[in-house]
Amino acid sequence: MESRIDVSIEHRGPEPDDDGPHPNTCPRCNSHYRDDELDQTLWVCPHCAHHFPVRARERIGQLADRGTFEERDSEVRSADPLAFFDLRAYTERLAEAELATGMSDAFIAGGAMIERRPCELAVMDFAFMGGSMGSAVGEKFARASDRAAERRVPLVCVTASGGARMQEGILSLMQLPKTVCAVDDLRTARSAFICVMTHPTTAGVLASFASLGDVIVAEPGALLAFTGPRVVQQTIREKLPEDFGLAESNSRFGHLDAIVPRSELRPYVGRVLALLSG
Amino acid sequence: MGADSPSGAEEQLKLRDRLAKLRNVPLLRGVGISGELDRLQRQIERIAAEPDADEVWRAVELARHQDRPYTLDYVERIFDDFVELHGDRSIADDEALVAGLGSFRGRTVAVVGQQKGRDLRERHQRNFGMSNPEGYRKAMRVMELADRMRFPVFALIDTPGAYPGVSAEQHGQGGWIARCQLQMARLDVPSVACVIGEGGSGGAVAIAVADRVIMQENAIYSVISPEGCAAILWRDAGEAKKAAAALKPDAAHCLELGIIDGIVPEPPGGAHEDYDEAARLLGGGMAAALAEVESDDPEERRRARYAKFRHMGVFLE
Repeated sequence: MESRIDVSIEHRGPEPDDDGPHPNTCPRCNSHYRDDELDQTLWVCPHCAHHFPVRARERIGQLADRGTFEERDSEVRSADPLAFFDLRAYTERLAEAELATGMSDAFIAGGAMIERRPCELAVMDFAFMGGSMGSAVGEKFARASDRAAERRVPLVCVTASGGARMQEGILSLMQLPKTVCAVDDLRTARSAFICVMTHPTTAGVLASFASLGDVIVAEPGALLAFTGPRVVQQTIREKLPEDFGLAESNSRFGHLDAIVPRSELRPYVGRVLALLSG
Repeated sequence: MGADSPSGAEEQLKLRDRLAKLRNVPLLRGVGISGELDRLQRQIERIAAEPDADEVWRAVELARHQDRPYTLDYVERIFDDFVELHGDRSIADDEALVAGLGSFRGRTVAVVGQQKGRDLRERHQRNFGMSNPEGYRKAMRVMELADRMRFPVFALIDTPGAYPGVSAEQHGQGGWIARCQLQMARLDVPSVACVIGEGGSGGAVAIAVADRVIMQENAIYSVISPEGCAAILWRDAGEAKKAAAALKPDAAHCLELGIIDGIVPEPPGGAHEDYDEAARLLGGGMAAALAEVESDDPEERRRARYAKFRHMGVFLE
């Protein structure tokens, strides 16, 4: 065996924080930006076009015509039906997420105009417990879908979710059929559903309402997978294709209508809404 | 806390309440055959008390027991005749999910269900009961046939989950699970689903959007495996027992949470102790559940099915 002198200890910099790199540092090209610089580019790296995550309120600002969004059901929030406790209590994690995000749960929904076309706009926020879908998220999606059906306008949903919220156990799994039934009611009312999948859209959300969009588009580089690459790798113990689960792979296999860069998203959705309105 | 633990008058009262509630579950009445009432009563008493961590874990172990009867073990005992249908009419036949037409008490029903393997070779052939998109597509075409021919749909659920593989993802695993749920939700015909072993996450719920969802006494139904949950939240898959206690995947908890409509008793010691008896009880449970919903008008039945799933969840407002 070759012997080597490990000098890494001497050269080790300060301990990295648990939070990883700064949120304004591009994970792909390491460029670093101020908030206002990224605001200008819709949080897309000007150097390498990496799409940074976008918070739900910011996304609504990017998509909806100014001043048209009317939020609904903001008072719907998660309960703790299982009294779930892992290393910490679910109620504690919820309180922390509320404080950190200023949201009541991982979903914001309401009526809006996009490029002067009316729709129901529902947006997930990955910053709130990984955008996970518990009872509150399922209920808010179902209600947004119902309002779209009632108003005979399309539903536009922007997804970002790690899947079902396991702290709600089997109740979170039941949000899959619940949201699926909601989409079917929307179809029966002859309204359309545009789904914009953003990074990441995985597991329970991909396996329910998100995949039922009449038009499904994704942002470049978004991970869209029922099972993420880490678990697949552990299961099959083979090297995964480089673009495993990414929007580009999903597009090649026929699961997406288009990959739309963020700067083109609003005009794209606007055009589809115009065509859907006949 | 077992039924006979010395827990005071208050606990006894709570227990009696639960018992009364459980006795009102129509399914258990339907299953009951007079000579067995005593044994059923004992079983009801056992499930009536809220299971503690050890009992929940025992259910996890029994649900995965290597000798537990699988879908085809029940199919051959419950149906007088069964013709298995193969293939998704697109690219493959997924042997992790079986589908076909069976003769059940004098009538034809469509059956879909995950199938695990008994020995090493069959386990691989059946992919441990983990379906690919092809399996869900096969289930969908058989459900469509049932709908057209006015046959009820039976689903037997026993899977650790949908298969986490490269081609599964490339072929749209998430999308097919969603579309399979949609197709099942839309059926004109009545449907009954029973979790007979592991009801693992999206792979299970794909064929569980039924008018009546029931569970065998020692089956589990969960959003994530206890090991997976422990690996994420405890950062240690070895804490699976704690995770199971927190997830509450056992039949008694699922009933209490309103996720299932009834519990099918198993022979003493678990279904693997007596296949014939387990099949007889399961057949009775399926028949009783079907009887509850089959007389309804199709439109009304679908509305009720939607309303049931649309009301699942607990939130604050």
